Amino acid sequence: MCGNWNGCEPAAIVNKFTRLKAIAAPLLRINVDTDAIIPSREIKRVSKVGLSDGLFAGWRYTEPGGRVEDPGFILNRDPFRQAQILLSGLNFGCGSSREHAVWALAEWGIRSIIAPSYGAIFYANCARNGVLPVILDNDVVEDMARQVTDEPEQHLISVDLVDCTVTAPDDTVHAFEIDAADREMLLEGLDAIDVTRKRDDEILAFQARDRLRRPWIYL
Amino acid sequence: MGHTIIDKLWNEHCIADLGDGTSLLYIDRIFLHERTGSVALKGLEDQGRHVRNPEQVFCTMDHIVDTTPGRGDATRVPNGTDFIKTTRDAARAAGLNLFDLGDDRQGIVHVVSPELGIAVPGVTLVCPDSHTCTVGGIGALAWGIGSTEAEHALATKTLVVKKPAAMRVRFEGHIPFGVTAKDMILHLIGKYTASGGVGYAIEFAGQTISDLPIEARLTLCNMAVEFGAWTGVVAPDAKTFEYVKGRPYAPKAEAWDRAVEHWKSLVSDSDAEFDREITIDVAQIVPQITWGTSPQHETGIDQRVPDPRQEPDANRRLSMERALEYMSLEPGTPLEGIPIDAAFIGSCTNSRLSDLRNAANILKGRKVAPGVKAICVPGSTQVKLAAEAEGLDRVFTEAGFEWRESGCSMCFFAGGESFGVEERVVTSTNRNFENRQGPRTRSHLASPTTVAASAVLGNLADVRKLERLRAGSNSE
Repeated sequence: MCGNWNGCEPAAIVNKFTRLKAIAAPLLRINVDTDAIIPSREIKRVSKVGLSDGLFAGWRYTEPGGRVEDPGFILNRDPFRQAQILLSGLNFGCGSSREHAVWALAEWGIRSIIAPSYGAIFYANCARNGVLPVILDNDVVEDMARQVTDEPEQHLISVDLVDCTVTAPDDTVHAFEIDAADREMLLEGLDAIDVTRKRDDEILAFQARDRLRRPWIYL
Repeated sequence: MGHTIIDKLWNEHCIADLGDGTSLLYIDRIFLHERTGSVALKGLEDQGRHVRNPEQVFCTMDHIVDTTPGRGDATRVPNGTDFIKTTRDAARAAGLNLFDLGDDRQGIVHVVSPELGIAVPGVTLVCPDSHTCTVGGIGALAWGIGSTEAEHALATKTLVVKKPAAMRVRFEGHIPFGVTAKDMILHLIGKYTASGGVGYAIEFAGQTISDLPIEARLTLCNMAVEFGAWTGVVAPDAKTFEYVKGRPYAPKAEAWDRAVEHWKSLVSDSDAEFDREITIDVAQIVPQITWGTSPQHETGIDQRVPDPRQEPDANRRLSMERALEYMSLEPGTPLEGIPIDAAFIGSCTNSRLSDLRNAANILKGRKVAPGVKAICVPGSTQVKLAAEAEGLDRVFTEAGFEWRESGCSMCFFAGGESFGVEERVVTSTNRNFENRQGPRTRSHLASPTTVAASAVLGNLADVRKLERLRAGSNSE
């Protein structure tokens, strides 16, 4: 068994999230873009899997395209290799819409991210792939980052989507907000298309009305 | 209280209120490209799902296609041909409107969609590409999505979306000499940061916006995502209607009159309230240039590389220090005069006919500085053909630029063609992220005219000085 999924067969994408108590890796940079999370050159197949090797490739490896690890990068250090939570700065996941960023994070083992804000597309992509994006104030994230720096295995962070709380290693509890629709999708591991399909009558009725109101739209 | 344009666009596409500020929105049109559309189409296929209204779905090849003349499916991107062929096969099987390689409607999604009248005022348009917000410039509600959401939109013709807050950014005043829409949006991002727009849909308004041609509005809205916004939009006006009229997918005859009548209502009411308002005095803007690895790392071309030690915010300071190390720049260095290795004109931000005309005006009768690799990639095959019809290609090639087939090209590096390690590039694109244009490539974002002027001088250049020089020599 490997410590994480890196190098193993790609794990099936888990779509359900309820509670998690895990090692958290601090990557306290602002504006971490999806090009950094997974460079375009690492997207080699028309596939949602096989991406974890490319995660943070530009920072994780010493050479572009190489696979020699840079020991200075947080996710290359024990025990952060087992991290399932990532702490980061504001506007995490900004830039390109590539969902491969979330697929790569999930496949590597990250199940939740805690940051002050996110790129909008990345945020939406998370909930659809079983990854919980938590929004907390920057001060809180920085404080938790300090707490997990020494003996990370002893200083775990708990993320609870049932109660919508994060418990820091020092037992401080921080409530967070998440859209009801995203929360339900994560808690239940729902397929969004199946959920929407239940409203098909409404959708088709809307389309019929709209066709009369805005006929020029319909080619 | 009145409604904002965002309220109006939202409400007329709202199928159901799902509570908590979330709506089930009707999606009028979907665009796909081979890089992310391929995986969405394959995902649908794997689950045995079908595209609901294939006649409203459009697909083109732009991201990883080769841009050298005489191209085919072969691409220097590893496994790139697989992306192209998968997309083509799936698009054909699903009966989508496909603008393939060799089709004169091919081009960068966000250049093609307004050009063909697919993006018209009032439509909801989505694409698994972050720069979909570009066509907000035409008065569409358009935003980028992931591949899973693209599957949802394709299968159901809807998306579940939380309504963003509304921000109005007013640009007021006359645009100074040498300043473009690109400089306006870079200035906004520099001043309010790359996360300044997070959580907002933005209406760009004010006299300057009314004065802007449509293609410049597209440039402005293109980088709304670099401001962190969910999308950007400009209310459609007479200029918009004139631009849209007669385009292949635009409404015709009686439908046109009905559409225009409706589109005229898509403006913010005078008593509409926005959650945030920003006003920018355009007279204060000079040609802009980035110096770091985020679009917020930018300033006027007449400024110096900033000193991180002057930055009070610790996180920003760290980000600046990292950026300067990556860019190999010393605080206090004047930006104007920094030597460059390459110049790139292209991308969904700045590759339309007006961009090429503006750059050609600078290049006419001039040469690219020795040792500078200069490339121009028109945004669409239509743009390329129109540019060639008026001789712009010759202006570019005689100056020393390569003249390419259309595509996203070296806006980003997918493992194929790129700028070199540690090469310094002045580029009309939208992202100066680390390794974006090539391994360790150092990107400086700027307008196409600034790129052209810099290519001529071989260093980051103030286009205003070069043009005053020309004006001076002409009058002698």
